[in-house]
Amino acid sequence: MKLTLKVWRQQEAGASGRFATYDVDGVTPDMSFLETLDLLNENLLARGEAPVAFESDCREGICGSCGFLINGVAHGGRPGTTVCQLSMRFFEDGDVLTLEPWRARAFQVIRDLIVERSAFDRIVQAGGFISVPVGSARDGNAILVQKESADTAFDAAACIGCGACVAACPNASAMLFTAAKLMHLNTLPQGQPQHHLRTLDMIAAMQNEHFGSCTNHGECEAVCPKGIPMEFIGSMNHDLITAMFRRRRERPPAPDVGKQPYHEIEETGSRSRNK
Amino acid sequence: MSAMLDGGIPSGPIEQKWGRCRFEMMLVNPSNRRKHSIIVVGAGLAGAAASASLGQQGYHVRCFSFHDSPRRAHSIAAQGGINAAKNYRNDGDSTFRLFYDTIKGGDYRSREANVYRLAEVSVNIIDQCVAQGVPFAREYGGLLDTRSFGGVQVSRTFYARGQTGQQLLLGAYQALEEQVGTGTVTMHTRSELLDIVIVDGKARGIVTRDLVSGRVSSHAADVVVLATGGYSNVFYLSTNAKASNCTAIWRAHRRGAFFANPCFTQIHPTCIPLSSEHQSKLTLMSESLRNDGRVWVPLKRGDKRPPNDIPESERDYFLERRYPSFGNLVPRDVASRATKEVCDEGRGVGPSGLGVYLDFAAAIARMSREQVDEKYGNLFDIYEKITGEDAHAVPMRIYPAPHYTMGGLWVDYHLMSTIPGLFVAGEANFSDHGANRLGASALMQGLADGYFILPYTIPDYIASNHLAAIDTSHPAFAAAEADVAERVRRLVGIRGKRSPDSIHRELGKTMWDLCGMSRSDQSLRRALAKVPELREEFWNDLRIVGSGEELNQTLEKAGRIADFLELAELMCIDALDRTESCGGHFRVESQTSEGDAVRDDEHFSFVSAWEWKGQNAPPELHKEPLAFEYVHFAPRSYK
Repeated sequence: MKLTLKVWRQQEAGASGRFATYDVDGVTPDMSFLETLDLLNENLLARGEAPVAFESDCREGICGSCGFLINGVAHGGRPGTTVCQLSMRFFEDGDVLTLEPWRARAFQVIRDLIVERSAFDRIVQAGGFISVPVGSARDGNAILVQKESADTAFDAAACIGCGACVAACPNASAMLFTAAKLMHLNTLPQGQPQHHLRTLDMIAAMQNEHFGSCTNHGECEAVCPKGIPMEFIGSMNHDLITAMFRRRRERPPAPDVGKQPYHEIEETGSRSRNK
Repeated sequence: MSAMLDGGIPSGPIEQKWGRCRFEMMLVNPSNRRKHSIIVVGAGLAGAAASASLGQQGYHVRCFSFHDSPRRAHSIAAQGGINAAKNYRNDGDSTFRLFYDTIKGGDYRSREANVYRLAEVSVNIIDQCVAQGVPFAREYGGLLDTRSFGGVQVSRTFYARGQTGQQLLLGAYQALEEQVGTGTVTMHTRSELLDIVIVDGKARGIVTRDLVSGRVSSHAADVVVLATGGYSNVFYLSTNAKASNCTAIWRAHRRGAFFANPCFTQIHPTCIPLSSEHQSKLTLMSESLRNDGRVWVPLKRGDKRPPNDIPESERDYFLERRYPSFGNLVPRDVASRATKEVCDEGRGVGPSGLGVYLDFAAAIARMSREQVDEKYGNLFDIYEKITGEDAHAVPMRIYPAPHYTMGGLWVDYHLMSTIPGLFVAGEANFSDHGANRLGASALMQGLADGYFILPYTIPDYIASNHLAAIDTSHPAFAAAEADVAERVRRLVGIRGKRSPDSIHRELGKTMWDLCGMSRSDQSLRRALAKVPELREEFWNDLRIVGSGEELNQTLEKAGRIADFLELAELMCIDALDRTESCGGHFRVESQTSEGDAVRDDEHFSFVSAWEWKGQNAPPELHKEPLAFEYVHFAPRSYK
């Protein structure tokens, strides 16, 4: 089949971008969406044009590298599917598809369909861990975990950090991402000693970046390739309120991991927190 | 032939070697640790675990990844599980049995002392990961669940649904990010290693290219660790991630690190068969499926009936028939070869004839559809997404695919390469799996190296060597940077016609056909003629659009393929030299009349370690003899 792709082309961060239109012929139903882009790129290279830059690695939906909007929908809108797993059998000859990078202030476009997602790493740096110096753990079976808790923690931990939730949210909120990591660690008995501190610190770090707030649209859950439910955001809000009331001493300031968002570092060339 | 290589194995009974070694190693005072810097390249299980552990101890660590975040490393795609000799099942497991299984599974081509140590620390890994919050599968009583895997008869594999690698990597990633937050580890993302810098015979730094700006820069340290994964992508189509490559270890090899057992590659039996000419990679279906799925082909050649129309009496459950005691759970190399044989006989299934059935009908009848889904649901989903078929209703079709490389840089018992100060961890080294890796052992080895071995051996190296203070102003850095820049200029300047992918595909097909699941003197000689031709073509007819001073994914690919084109030749040389069949290395000249592999312990019980002698000179072979004091040579039988 033959498809028409309107692809966002942008040379670098801060440059202006535009849509370029390409016809791709010879697409077969057993190809994946990214293999269609591979084919387009081979054609572009043969013509001496710069291939479309996009990220991908595992191509089996687990590394979280890939992702862009297809006709305005993150990952193309098939339930539980990243673009790398999206099969071309769901498309028809003559389809016209618009491909855009994630659109969010916190995710600056670096090139074409590639965006910078390091804000997610900084949220994890603030508290998305259980502190266990290597060598100090006791026997794995000495910690009993209810099967339900283990299953819920797993459901939350299945997040691949692709950023589709942010891209789909009208507010570009990262609350589904942050809530998923909090739910994973706060649900487990091992995570209890740092429960409140983690909640406060991760939320502070999230607010340090250019993400918006949740206003319950539910777009994030709809596009999440791992089916992370929005109810985790409710649990996060519950944990936040509990943490604010239960803290026994003044909350230490959030660790200084909320380094300036990437594009401001690029613009100013400095890492000062406040411009 | 030069002197024998010495792995530096500690003396004493095997169960005391690692303990004694740890006691004898030198330590670094906590207040002195921050004065020492360590570069870790790669942020998968081994790299992230090593960075986090060394950061916790107080060293100044810089960790490099070519991804946008360390969480993307390919360890994340491991599905099935991680082995540990916990014996929680009371089914006869022990450290010694895990050691024994791994030696036997590796077909007697690994070091006893290393493997024993791996089995010993396996229990600590599970404890560490549980404490970090890795959501392992639990039973209703709250205890850890386990399952069984190929090549063993106990249930020692811990798992987190079909995403064990993801959860273990996230555990290591979170520990790493905690250290980044506290400032002991500095993370350099979107940075690709392009050379190793040697000063006074010791590894003292690296040269990287920033993948966004194209800027080439140098980084100096006291120690360099490579944890950069394996090289299965030499076959182009493999289960590895698209960007997985051999560049770091190959650059180190060219700087003097010996490359061990390059021909030991693992072909995984259960992958989704190739379906389109544009296919960019192969997808693994976890080996755990062979716990309950039954592998079969039609008895008759060219039987094109739909699988459910073929009656029981006309099916050949060839693994159960040939290997009654292990059945569908024989090790990967055995299953892959048996699969290839039935397909070569013309009994393969699917449009290409390159496939066999993996059938769950019996499991669904015995358990229930719900129970089968509880164990394998996500794998059935992946299969349906890719093929559009429901494996509950029709059997899956599977075929072997390149998956893992047991070969890698040679390291001693301390995981140090032949370049002092250059340590190698995880799949990037050759250490523990011999000629064939057992399922659920890669995660174990990556984490063992990162959490429990390097954090002892690196401090010992720092404490026992006088490391002169140097920084990137040393002329060796400028020279390496100039080499890197020149190479980038050369690649961009070829201005030929062929895309990097088209050459990579051709290389992959050559290697798969001639140095893949079975190898012969003739096929390897053909490969050794073809690979240099391809390399010639690459350097004369490559096309890259754009420059080196910008984000340029075509250039990134080309740099990696250039190294694969050199490594491929070494793989064939090694495979040609080893005129025996062992593990994943099957020489057609060395088999029984029934087609089983025949090892030659008298002549080949050694590690082949190859030394780079320059672009136009053949590599030199060094041998590390392997002694088996505890597990005695026996034909590996799974019958």
